[in-house]
Order: sequence, then C-alpha cells, then structure tokens
Amino acid sequence: MTTTAPTDSSSGTDVRLTAISKSYGAFTAVHPLDLSVPAGSFFALLGASGCGKTTTLRMIAGLEQPTTGTVRLAGQDVTGLPPHKRPVNTVFQSYALFPHLDIYENVAFGLRRRGIKSVKKQVGDMLDLVQLGDFARRKPHQLSGGQQQRVAVARALINHPRVLLLDEPLGALDLKLRRQMQLELKRIQTEVGITFIHVTHDQEEAMTMADTVAVMNAGRVEQLGAPADLYETPRTTFVANFLGTSNLITAEVLDASGDTLVLRAADTKLALPRARCTTAPQAGGKLLVGIRPEKITLTHAEDAGTVPEGRNRVHGRITASSFIGVSTQYLVDSPVATGLSVYEQNIERDSRLAPGADVVLHWNPGHSFGLDAAQSIEAGTDAGEGT
Amino acid sequence: MALVTDQPPAPPAPLPTAARGRKLIPYWLLLPGILWLLVFFAAPLVYQASTSVQTGSLEEGFDVTWHFATYWDALTEYYPQFLRSVAYAATATALCLALGYPLAYLIAFKAGRWRNVLMILVIAPFFTSFLIRTLAWKTILSDGGPVVSALASLHVLDVTNALGVTEGHRVLATPLAVVCGLTYNFLPFMILPLYTSLERIDARLHEAAGDLYARPLTTFRKVTFPLSMPGVVAGTLLTFIPATGDYINAELLGSTDQKMIGNVIQSQFLRVLDYPTAAALSFILMAAILAMVTVYIRKSGTEDLV
Amino acid sequence: MTATPARQAVLSSRPVRWLRRNLVVLAGLATLAYLVLPNVVVTVFSFNKPNGRFNYEWQRFSTDAWTDPCGVADLCGSLSLSLQIAVWATVGATVLGTALAFALARYRFRARSSVSTLIFLPMAMPEVVMAASLATLFLNMGVTFGFWTILIAHITFCLSFVVTAVKARVMSMDPRLEQAAQDLYATPLQTFLRVTLPIAAPGIVAGALLSFALSFDDFIITNFNAGSTVTFPMFVWGSAQRGTPVQINVIGTAMFAVAVLCVLVGQLIGGRRKRS
Repeated sequence: MTTTAPTDSSSGTDVRLTAISKSYGAFTAVHPLDLSVPAGSFFALLGASGCGKTTTLRMIAGLEQPTTGTVRLAGQDVTGLPPHKRPVNTVFQSYALFPHLDIYENVAFGLRRRGIKSVKKQVGDMLDLVQLGDFARRKPHQLSGGQQQRVAVARALINHPRVLLLDEPLGALDLKLRRQMQLELKRIQTEVGITFIHVTHDQEEAMTMADTVAVMNAGRVEQLGAPADLYETPRTTFVANFLGTSNLITAEVLDASGDTLVLRAADTKLALPRARCTTAPQAGGKLLVGIRPEKITLTHAEDAGTVPEGRNRVHGRITASSFIGVSTQYLVDSPVATGLSVYEQNIERDSRLAPGADVVLHWNPGHSFGLDAAQSIEAGTDAGEGT
Repeated sequence: MALVTDQPPAPPAPLPTAARGRKLIPYWLLLPGILWLLVFFAAPLVYQASTSVQTGSLEEGFDVTWHFATYWDALTEYYPQFLRSVAYAATATALCLALGYPLAYLIAFKAGRWRNVLMILVIAPFFTSFLIRTLAWKTILSDGGPVVSALASLHVLDVTNALGVTEGHRVLATPLAVVCGLTYNFLPFMILPLYTSLERIDARLHEAAGDLYARPLTTFRKVTFPLSMPGVVAGTLLTFIPATGDYINAELLGSTDQKMIGNVIQSQFLRVLDYPTAAALSFILMAAILAMVTVYIRKSGTEDLV
Repeated sequence: MTATPARQAVLSSRPVRWLRRNLVVLAGLATLAYLVLPNVVVTVFSFNKPNGRFNYEWQRFSTDAWTDPCGVADLCGSLSLSLQIAVWATVGATVLGTALAFALARYRFRARSSVSTLIFLPMAMPEVVMAASLATLFLNMGVTFGFWTILIAHITFCLSFVVTAVKARVMSMDPRLEQAAQDLYATPLQTFLRVTLPIAAPGIVAGALLSFALSFDDFIITNFNAGSTVTFPMFVWGSAQRGTPVQINVIGTAMFAVAVLCVLVGQLIGGRRKRS
C-alpha cells in the first residue's frame, strides 16, 4: 500500500523510518513500514491499544531496538545509538517525572547531563513557557495531573530536540483538561517550531492537533494524510469506523461505465461518483457505500416530495433518538441497512421525528465514499475490535 | 514525500556492542552475592551432611563412615524434644496470630493519626537486646510476684495446672513461661506482615460489604480475613520457623523439662562436642520444617508468596 | 439469631454495646501492653540496687548503674565489638544484597529460580541449623573462631533480608523513569547514580537498618561461631548464668531511648518536609 501525504520535499524530512519492524518472538508488533515525518510538522500516530504505535515511537527514541530496518534523524542513521545519544526527547505516558527531584531539577536534568553549568535562565524561561514559574521547588507529587504534564513537556523541550515524541501525553487527564492541553500543546509547537510526533488512541485529539495523521492497525499503517482527508475520504473500513462514525451500506454495482456509478442496495438505487471510490468497481460486483451521519438529512415520509432531485434517498423508520444539545442523534432501520446513524443539527426540530416515524434519509452522492466490499464491515468499531 | 509501504523485511540490525555487554550485567551483579551464599551457606550444609554420617571422637578425629544410624539414634533419643519444639512453636504461633491480629487491625483501620505512634511502639522493643527483654520476663513471672499472685487469686493457675502447663504456684520453669516468652519474642514478626497486608485493603470494601447486608463479623470472615491471608501466611512462617529452632526462651525461662530441640543441638555442638549427632539433628529439624512449610504453603494457596 | 428477649436486652445494653464496638481496640491495646511491658521492666530495673548478683527483684532506687555504665568488666568492650561487627556486617550485606536484588528485579537470566531459592532458603531455616552448619565449615577448615567468623556469619544471614527489602522497592519502581533519564541524555552510569539509586534508596536504607538490628542483636549464630570472643548478646547470656549486672538494663534502656529518639526526629523532619 502506498499513500502520499500532502507535504513534500525529502530535504525537509526530520524522521525517516525505512522498513522498520519489531517482533517479540512469534508476535509481530510492527510490520515493516516506511514513514517520513516532515520537519516542523505535528505528526500523529493514531490507533487502538496494541496496534504498534507506541512501539514505533520507542524505536525512534531508541528505547526499543528494531528487529529490522533503520531510523534516520535529519539524514543521520541513528539505529544503533542508545537513547542518550539521540537528539530526540520523549514526553512519557504518565509523565515519568523523577519523584525524588523537584520541578526545577526535573526540567534541568537533560541540560545538566550534557554538562551545561548555568541552567538557571533556561529553566526559568521554560517554566514560564508552560506557566509553572511559581512551582519550581515543588515535588512532582504535589502537582495536579495537568501541571505534571506541562512539566514533562518542559523537561523534554528545554533540550531543543530535533524531534519531540509524545506517548499518550494526555491520557491521564480528564476530558476538559485534555481539550485545554491539546490547544496548549499546539500553541507550544507553533511557538518552538520543533517536529512533534504524537501517539494517541483518541481520534479527536489526533485530528485537532496534528497536520498529518497516520492511522495504525495491527502493526500496519492503514492510511496517512491530513485529518480532513482521512475523515472525508477514508480508504479502509477501519479508518472509516475508527475516525468518527460511518454508515456502511453493502451495494451491488449496476453500471460502472460513467463518471457516476449506479448501485443498488435492497431495491434502492444509489449514485456514487467514481472519484470517491478507492477500488476499481465492476458491474455486477459489490461495493461498500459509506456516509457520515452528519451528512444525512432526515425528512418525514409525509414530506418525501420536498427532497430535491439528485440526492440519494433511502426509506426507513426511526428506532431511537437521543437529544445531545447541539444535535439530535437518530438510529434508523431501513431495508438497505439496520442501525443507520443520523445527526441532525437542532435548528428547526421537526416534532414528528420520533421513534416509530417513517422517514426518508437523503444525502449528496458527492459526500459518500466507496470502499472495497472484501473487508470486514465492522473493523475499527467496538464490535469489530480485534478483527 | 511522506511514504508508507509494506516491504520485505530488511536484514536484522546487528546488536551494538554496548547491548551485548549489557547482557552480562546481571551475572556481574549476581556473582559476589551468589558466591558468598555458595561458600558460606550451601557449602556448610554439605559439610554438615557429611559430618552427620561420620563417626569418631574428638581425639582421633572423625571419618565419613556412612553411619546413618546416627539419624536413627538421634531421633529415638531426642524425639520428645522434637515434638515439644513443634508443639511449643505451634502454640506460640497460634497465640501470636490471636494477639497480633487485633493490634494489626487496630493500627491499619482504627488508629487514625495515632498510627505512627503505635507502629513505633510495636517496633521500638526491637531496639533493646531481646536477651535483656527475655530476662525481664523472669522478673515479671517471678515466684510470688504480682503477676503470679494475681493469676493464682483469679484461679487461672488452677486451670493451667489442670492443663499441665504450670505447676503449683509457679509460672517460671514451666511450659507456660516458655510459650509466653516465645510468643512475646516473635509477636512483631507476626504483626508487621499482618499490618502490611491489612493496610492494603481498601477501607471502602468494608462499607461495600455492609451495604450488601453483611454484619460486621460476616464482613470480617468473608472479606477482611481472606484478603489478609498473605499476611497471615507470611506472619505464621516468620513466627513458626524461628520459634521451632529457638533455645533461648527454653534456657532462660524453662527448666530441664522444657528443653527444645535447639537446646539439644546447642549442647551437642558446643558442650558435648558430638558433631555428628548435632549435624544429624540439624538436618532432621531442617527437613521437618521445610516439609511442614511446603505443605502449609500449598494448602494455603499462596505459593506466589515466595 | 435465636436469642431470648432477656439475652437480647443484655446484649444491647449500653456498656455491652460499647464493649462490643471497641473490642478490637481493647484487644489490640492489650497486645501492645504485652509487647511493651518488658521494656518498662527493663527501664525500671535499671534504677534498682539489687542484693546479690541477680537483678530480678526490686530492692531500692539507685542511679549507681547510670553513673557508671561501664563499671562491669568486659561489658563496654563487648558492646563496642557488637557495634563494630554490626556496622561491617551491614556494609557487607547491603552491598552484596543490593546487587543481588537489582539483578533479580531488573534482569532475565538463566537459573533465575535457583538463585531465588538460594536467597530465600536462609530465611526459611531455623537459625540454629545455619549456625551449626557454618560452624562445621569453620571447624573443618581449621579457621580460628573470632571477629571474622562472626562477621562472615552475620553477613550471610543478613544478606537475604537486604535482598527482600531492596527487591520490593526496585520492583515497584516505574521502569519509565530510567528510560526518561536515558532519553534526557544520561549515560547508563548517570542513570543509575542520578535516578535508580536515589529512588531505590529507601529500600536500601530499610535493608541496611534491618541488617544492623539483626546483627547487633544476634545471639544464636554468634553463639556457635564466636569461639571465646564475647559480643554484647553473648555477654548478657553469660551474665544470665553468672549474675546480671544492672548496667545491662542501663544499656538496654539507653538503646531503646536513642532508637525512639531517632525515629521521632526522623518523623518530625519528614513531616516538616512534607508540609513545606
């Protein structure tokens, strides 16, 4: 599989992994993969736990020896170098702050190891950058989770690494603090201009922060690209389901001759632009049609006549609805698929749209995407975990 | 160009020399300590094993004659001391558990800000030489002293006399005194592991049990005690093993009728200088204890303890 | 429950209820009294002026022994010998034991379980067995009993306790801390000195303190391996046969007081550090 990311130029590449893999006995944690991270970018490795993303990160840091392949940092081969000789620093999961040292000494640790004597100004500046100037003499356990996290970032950044590696840095924080720290980390990255490689299992976190996201599954990179591209044009069912929610409908290809494919799912005809399709469809073959819940409009069956021409329409019946605040989420059973998910903005709510109501679901064909029907339709969902 | 491809694996990266050197680190760390234990712990046991099957005398020297009869002779002659040691140690261990559990429980759950003070009081006696403290029991249990008088007037001594653990108006030089001394000496070894495992129990479990209709005693039986089992097992082992081999309490607080197996080994080795018998007795004691401990650990289902 | 109403009434009367609720506390305090009573007796009898050679019965108050603690022949000599042996045994056992503990807690190697058993066995054995076997070795080797044989014996039995204490601490240490140090440019040696050692220190200190206490107070193993050398516990043992000088109680009381003082000062310092 070959994927092209939006950023170009190999001279501006900071991290280049070539055919890198990691096996523990018979278990392969990371299948041979090539990866290039452009200098100055915010790069996210996204995947469920056990997909190999942390192992990949640790191979870059030198904490894990790759079974095969090479790691290059700024053009230099560092595969055999121990961690303390690599110009990268890591923000560890649960931070790994030294409990016996205070905040100041934690932040100064890397400078002192490199034999720098006068660290006072640098440490002070760095603590100011993460807004912890007043906490210099506290011990790590006296700080809150968010503060500890900022110390971990400061401790790594003060060394001006070529690359900063972040291993699930926000995993231990509560939701609100996590959102706040996401923006904070993004601000710091823009300010210092260092390449960040961020490992996370939280798809929203990856999309909010990163310029480029690599979605990993079972030791392989499934897809790599800008967050919006991944979301709008997923190439596998795993990416479609793992990044947000997708409705996937199995359809038969009736006509594959034009720019717009004609498909049939349970007597319902659907249109799909050929350009939105990742496989080469053939008439008589199968295809998965994906459509995001927020791209679907719900219209009560009585108003079916008001649906504009040119939109795909599917009949169904609401089985459940839940009011979220900004939107209402509906579950709709239809002949083409059961449990279709639909998000409607709460602008003008139609009070007839309640469980039991007959409805028409309709969407712009250009908003849907086509996937190879040979893959598991549940990959990347909770039900498909481990497939 | 950011690129992702599946490729045939490249040949494995050679292990750097530093990593190969690192593989030897554990062996360097182990070497001095293991050597020490082999020379001064394992080798002596081998020597002792050989001594136990030697015959001879101090004057003419000892030779290995594979004289296994020493074991049989030692057993037949000293089996009362063996049985007595096990009985005393088992009683002392049971008493330690009965006395130590409430105190460990008190410190773990009820002491609040007094916890540290109580802990210090448990550990502090350690700092006075235990021989001196054992001698203090001679004063406490002295004939006609306040403790013995009180026990006599409360008719406790009548009961203990009937049980055969005291005699007349004396506590000193009776089984009671020796067991009392053993219990006292090894009580902290029971309390500390008990406290450690009790302290780990989430106090909310008590509330949860109460919420689920368990009365306090049921909560203890079904929740607290099972969770403290690692402490109970560790505590009983730490008490029973040294108590079985002890000869100080029997010597200082007992009479010749309360001699334990430790006393016999000590006198055979240091006074009679009958090394083969002392060695055989040591081996029998060691084997008996290892067998009992193994069975006990299996039964209590805490094999991962060691 | 099938209690009669009368019995029920007794069971729920106020003093009985109080007793039931505080039964654990009372039992615990009774045990504590049992533990502390001998120390009280030792302290009180350090102010005794006994008739005759044995200090078992109270006669009258006197501070003679306190003003002249070394007034008994060999007592202070044995005390100083015990302290020396305890210090060296602590150093030896702590160094050897810490290395063993790190190997066990941190590395995979061959014969791991045999090594664990070899370290565990000395603790699972009555002291008298170890004492007799070690003495047998020395006898066979023709070694003269004295300071060195005592020291070797003490290091041997303290070793396992140090390993246990240090291992527990090292095992509970987050391995990411060492990785973080390496990530922050610390060489393996710097990582060990700056991160591993300071964090493992409480376990090492606990093992060392335990060694010191065990060695200083040991009688059984010393009894077998001392020859004619007299440590403090040996002195007390001998005096139990020949006559117990009051000075023994003075030393016992002083040790108790010094130890409690050390613990209290430690607690105060620790508490203040936590607050600031």
